[in-house]
Amino acid sequence: MSLSEFDSYRPPEPPRRRRRDGARRRGTGPGGGGDGAREMPMVPEPEFTSYYGRPVVKPAPWGHEVAAYLFLGGVAGGSALLALGGQLTGRDALRRNARLGSVTALALGGAALVKDLGRPERFLHMLRTFKPTSPMSMGTWILSAFGAGMGITVAAEADRMTGSRLPLGPLRPVLRAVEGPAGVEAAVFAGPLAAYTAVLLADTATPTWNEAREDLAFVFVSSASLASAGLAMITTPVDETGPARRLAVLGVVGDLVATRVMEHRMDPVAAEPLHEGKPGAMLAWSERLAVAGGLGTLLGGRHRAVAAVSGAALLAASALTRFGVLEAGLRSAEDPRYTIEPQKNRLAARRAAGITDDSITTAG
Amino acid sequence: MGQLAGPTDPAADAHWEHQHPRKGFFTDTSICIGCKACEVACKEWNQNPQDGDLQLLESSYDNTGALGASTWRHVAFVEQDGERIEEARESGRALVSLGMPRVGPPEARAAAEPGDSTPPDTPEFRWLMSSDVCKHCTHAGCLDVCPTGALFRTEHGTVVVQDDICNGCGTCVAGCPFGVIERRTDGTAAPRTEREGRPGSEPAVPNVGVAQKCTLCYDRMVDDQTPACAQTCPTTSIKYGDHDDMVDQARQRVAEMHAQGRTEARLYGANELDGVGGTGSVFLLLDEPEVYGLPPDPRVPTADLPRMYRRAGLAAAGMLAAAAVAFVGGRS
Repeated sequence: MSLSEFDSYRPPEPPRRRRRDGARRRGTGPGGGGDGAREMPMVPEPEFTSYYGRPVVKPAPWGHEVAAYLFLGGVAGGSALLALGGQLTGRDALRRNARLGSVTALALGGAALVKDLGRPERFLHMLRTFKPTSPMSMGTWILSAFGAGMGITVAAEADRMTGSRLPLGPLRPVLRAVEGPAGVEAAVFAGPLAAYTAVLLADTATPTWNEAREDLAFVFVSSASLASAGLAMITTPVDETGPARRLAVLGVVGDLVATRVMEHRMDPVAAEPLHEGKPGAMLAWSERLAVAGGLGTLLGGRHRAVAAVSGAALLAASALTRFGVLEAGLRSAEDPRYTIEPQKNRLAARRAAGITDDSITTAG
Repeated sequence: MGQLAGPTDPAADAHWEHQHPRKGFFTDTSICIGCKACEVACKEWNQNPQDGDLQLLESSYDNTGALGASTWRHVAFVEQDGERIEEARESGRALVSLGMPRVGPPEARAAAEPGDSTPPDTPEFRWLMSSDVCKHCTHAGCLDVCPTGALFRTEHGTVVVQDDICNGCGTCVAGCPFGVIERRTDGTAAPRTEREGRPGSEPAVPNVGVAQKCTLCYDRMVDDQTPACAQTCPTTSIKYGDHDDMVDQARQRVAEMHAQGRTEARLYGANELDGVGGTGSVFLLLDEPEVYGLPPDPRVPTADLPRMYRRAGLAAAGMLAAAAVAFVGGRS
């Protein structure tokens, strides 16, 4: 209680910022909201100190283009698997549409990636090394190998769709002969294409991405599966999309399970950005749309219109997952709390376990 | 592929055939006076452009903000009261009682003045000043994740960007556990026509769109010159030399300060068992690292990369299996 008249200008009491995890709130007394019944702290809770609240790590300079690429790369990869399935089981419309969808997604995604570079004219520098320690380098090679295979299959499709009018000359039989193997080759790189982006994000110092490193790949491949299945359900008649519907349902189940497992294993502080603000809303909607799309597929997938609407919901769910995860990571880098608290916690945990020789801070 | 974690000689790990000693900084923040001459010398020598607008940031005398693409030395200013000083002293003492390795030569500790062990500085208030710089890690996150090979390990064990190779993908920015490297933007709000100068002339801001950071003055180093910041530092707070010598000096200095009762002194980056394999730039700090904006337990993300690849491989196999089940499972 203060007698100063200036206290009448005090702002309304903000809710105290606390960790979500109840188990960690040792010794902080009974909980309670900002009901005005208790003393308001004049300084922020001393949970951690930072340098004027400035970030410790820098967020990647990645905009929406990269999130769009994460989504489109997944669609391209999943569609290649559907195309191979169509190729092997004689579902011609599914094969053709999935191939076209895959290459379109790949081209758009690649363009988005190049656009996001600081020096787009140097994009080919990506191919001057083969560097296993760099997920971006590995991804470039996966993308190139995948693109080569898909390119061949789509050239064959285009030739077939135009009634063999492409000026191929003696190369036409060659194209027809390599079309099948090229589809298999692309499918080999489809899974890695959908999964490597998770490693790309996790192999950074960005707290939320790095903490998700165990399970983010499972979220991403599930998301890629349901999105590519959704695209096939939009583009292809229902009598050929039975496998796509099953893949969609598997993808939705995988997405829901993997997301929960991932968040459960993350440091609770580093997982917070996945639930807060705009990224939190995007991820929540992603889940709702995935469930809705999955149910629609399961219950009405044999109806063309229902299948198309469900497919659109699945595509939107996948896009929201990627945008949400990307933005949550960027936010976690902008607030020093997400860097410092998990690091202090793990350092303290190691010290408590008797490991005292691996701290960057030493007494001498 | 070199070693991903643990103690190593980074230049040898990068397959340099000629043996050069690893070079590094020792920044002794206890004798930094916050003059920012290092910031100025760095900008002058490396011809780095202005970073943002000229603004007062309301953070003591620090109006630079943070390390970045065009700021390769950054002097931090922290103002602390007596209570906080005591806390720092206590946390430093806790480090000692944890049995942290003390490799400093015992004679240096014995030689410190016996008798009066009261800390010499003002008890009610202190200013922490620290010149931060790229750590030139033994296992550098930025270098590991760079897809173009633009970042490379020099023969002196430092990490340098090749401006003409980098395509500005930005992966290194996220890969650095210390938030040092950054992609350079033009940094000004002026219209492009005014910014670029005359057509055909050098643009006002070089290397726009490319990742930039401290090179430990590679161009000076290959000529046996001291980096600009260390050369200009009036109090020798920034020392430059062979990495091993720097670590030895740092250990002697911290032992000396502890003997004076200043237990708040501690080293940052001198332990090769830490998450980045030890840093090339070693610091003597007077409080917890996060007070200076440094991460308390940095870990190079690539250390976990093999595991991440395995998990991603498993996920990709799972996706393939799901697709196979979708086609082979209930044939409808």
